[in-house]
Amino acid sequence: MEISNNKLLRFTTAGSVDDGKSTLIGRLLYDSKSIFEDQIEQVEKTSKRKGHEGVDLALFTDGLRDEREQGITIDVAYRYFTTPNRKFIIADTPGHIQYTRNMVTGASTANAAIVLVDARHGMVEQTKRHIFIAHLLGIPHILICINKMDLVDYSEDRFYEVAAEIKQFITAIGIESGQFIPISALEGDNVVNKTKAMPWYTGDPLLSVLEHIEPDTVDHDLGLRFPVQTALRPQSGTFRDFRGYAGRVEGNEIHVGDEVMVLPGGQLSTISAIDKMGTSVSTAGIGESVVVCIADDIDVARGNMLVSKHNAPRVGNAVRALFCWMDEQPMRPNTKYIVRQCSDEALGIIKGIGYRLDINTLEKLEGAQTVAMNDIFEAEIRFNKPVFTDPYKRNRVTGSFVLIDPGTNRTVAAAMVQ
Amino acid sequence: MNYLDELESEAVYVLREVYAQFDNPVILFSGGKDSIVVTHLAKKAFYPSRIPFPLLHIDTGHNFPETIAFRNDLASGLGCKLLVGSVQESIDKGRVVEEQGKLATRNALQTTTLLDTLEELRIDCAIGGGRRDEEKARAKERFFSHRDDFGQWDPKNQRPELWNVFNGRHFEGEHFRVFPISNWTEMDVWNYIKRENIAIPSLYYAHEREVVWRNGSWIPNSEYLVLDGNERIERKKVRFRTLGDITITGGILSEADTLEKIVDEVSVMKETERGNRADDKRSETAMEDRKRQGYF
Ligand SMILES: Nc1nc2c(ncn2[C@@H]2O[C@H](COP(=O)(O)OP(=O)(O)O)[C@@H](O)[C@H]2O)c(=O)[nH]1
Repeated sequence: MEISNNKLLRFTTAGSVDDGKSTLIGRLLYDSKSIFEDQIEQVEKTSKRKGHEGVDLALFTDGLRDEREQGITIDVAYRYFTTPNRKFIIADTPGHIQYTRNMVTGASTANAAIVLVDARHGMVEQTKRHIFIAHLLGIPHILICINKMDLVDYSEDRFYEVAAEIKQFITAIGIESGQFIPISALEGDNVVNKTKAMPWYTGDPLLSVLEHIEPDTVDHDLGLRFPVQTALRPQSGTFRDFRGYAGRVEGNEIHVGDEVMVLPGGQLSTISAIDKMGTSVSTAGIGESVVVCIADDIDVARGNMLVSKHNAPRVGNAVRALFCWMDEQPMRPNTKYIVRQCSDEALGIIKGIGYRLDINTLEKLEGAQTVAMNDIFEAEIRFNKPVFTDPYKRNRVTGSFVLIDPGTNRTVAAAMVQ
Repeated sequence: MNYLDELESEAVYVLREVYAQFDNPVILFSGGKDSIVVTHLAKKAFYPSRIPFPLLHIDTGHNFPETIAFRNDLASGLGCKLLVGSVQESIDKGRVVEEQGKLATRNALQTTTLLDTLEELRIDCAIGGGRRDEEKARAKERFFSHRDDFGQWDPKNQRPELWNVFNGRHFEGEHFRVFPISNWTEMDVWNYIKRENIAIPSLYYAHEREVVWRNGSWIPNSEYLVLDGNERIERKKVRFRTLGDITITGGILSEADTLEKIVDEVSVMKETERGNRADDKRSETAMEDRKRQGYF
């Protein structure tokens, strides 16, 4: 099998309970032959015990015991499958409002989102919520699968009716492109294989759409962003004088010879060498873990960032951001939370909530005083020291951070810089 | 980057976060291919420095001799300190009681030895080779997985993990399990081993050995094997897809004696690799139950 040029696509799935999300994932895995025989046997056994006819595809994706017993997906579960063209990672997230935080988590690393809609019900509140969260988290490709087409006689009219309603919504919230696919997860129509049941649909089945999406975000104007994870100083043998900075390229491609500015100090230097896990290279692209050496003797440590001088991030003691509260304990006003952003840590206090978002109506409710788990809100956060950020829309890594409660060490909020 | 580069880069990023966030991390080294790959990734992550973590082997005492030889060579080649936690010692000290009967294994006993060793050595992070595709209870495991001061995992109360921000903050006595190759599948591991030409124990390659047919796979003959009345020892050409306790790790019939052939064979495989491990056959939630208690 020739695999060397295959790329990785991470996508997330969301749908209301019973829209057929588990069945769809089961179908993708099953039809792409990503399920082993012993797993099939196990699921057949369970299906029989639960009184299902044949194999209940949904059981392939039900993870933990409690969830299996309650028959719902609670947490984010990750699934994998590979086709001859691509490797896929699915972040399978629950759709109910009380799991907004899980949807946010699953969406944070995804490059495509599948939103499932029941053809009989059309757009419901959850559909809007899922689409909105995908958009909020900056997922570039949104695929709307109108499922259970078998239950509406594979009707073209019904498909276009539902699609039109959703299209109006996505345009209103500012999404430029959305793709619509009529499917039946149960029957396998247009999931992996193109169906004969809907000759009026001229597009590709879901899997080929997923295989052809551009997985990389191509923005060539991100500037150089290299958050330093740790300094490497072997201090022995041939590398006695070696000093390099380990990290991942989070902006534009870097080159030996590039001028860099070190934040927070602002000193200038040039990249003198790039080492890619043991091999010396002259450039490294976005997402690559490398070690960078610079020409001047500047003290650089974890939490610092190498950036381009003329396209630098904002450096400031406060930013406005959209937050998703993730903890069972509601936010405590005037509390110093630990801010973790790239490799840096600061303290932050949330000041002045701008608005809280009603995730059902998408209305901005002003004057909110408190926020609790699953709330999405806009606020200013003040830091105890300068933090280097980009707007989330431009860079998902340097534009995001989390809050940690110093009392419990739990991750309590996710934030996207505006 | 192709998908293997991306997985590699992600794992290296995670390993560097471990180094930066913890005081006393170790790599849990079983001698199996997944922990070998993690060790290889650690070598790359910190080059030209040495791997800044010791290797910790939880030794059931029921080993394939090849695994132990391989482990010793690897550790000394890398200049890594090798730590061993012994299940036999836990039994001798009365910390655990050996299972009885034909299907007895020391697998579950490893949990106690592991937790005791982590506590004794004040280890705050144990890096493992677990993958989310291995087993459904693992599908929800975080990269940075928190354990309370009893070493327990609470799958319903995990920290959210977003973007590439990992939160390893913990209180005294608690620890983390970190899984850098969470997003890899068995196939990815093999393709990577082939691409990087990573040395692995000879047991992974097809070879002739004495085995007995039990529970749907070929269990190797060893001094610990207790034969049932109608079981008999045969010579077969087999290889192992995972390496664990010799008493329960089943081989498959195979002619694959090169990496090339193994990759080809794995790509058309019809059963999960853990399907050949008796410990996972006990119940549908066997893995989840063990993981909650602190298993690997
Ligand atoms: N007729 C029909 N039923 C479906 C389809 N997809 C899912 N279902 C059924 O809808 C129910 C809910 O599906 P499930 O996948 O568990 O939904 P989830 O809650 O979104 O994961 C199950 O009874 C499925 O068999 C479909 O395309 N057509």
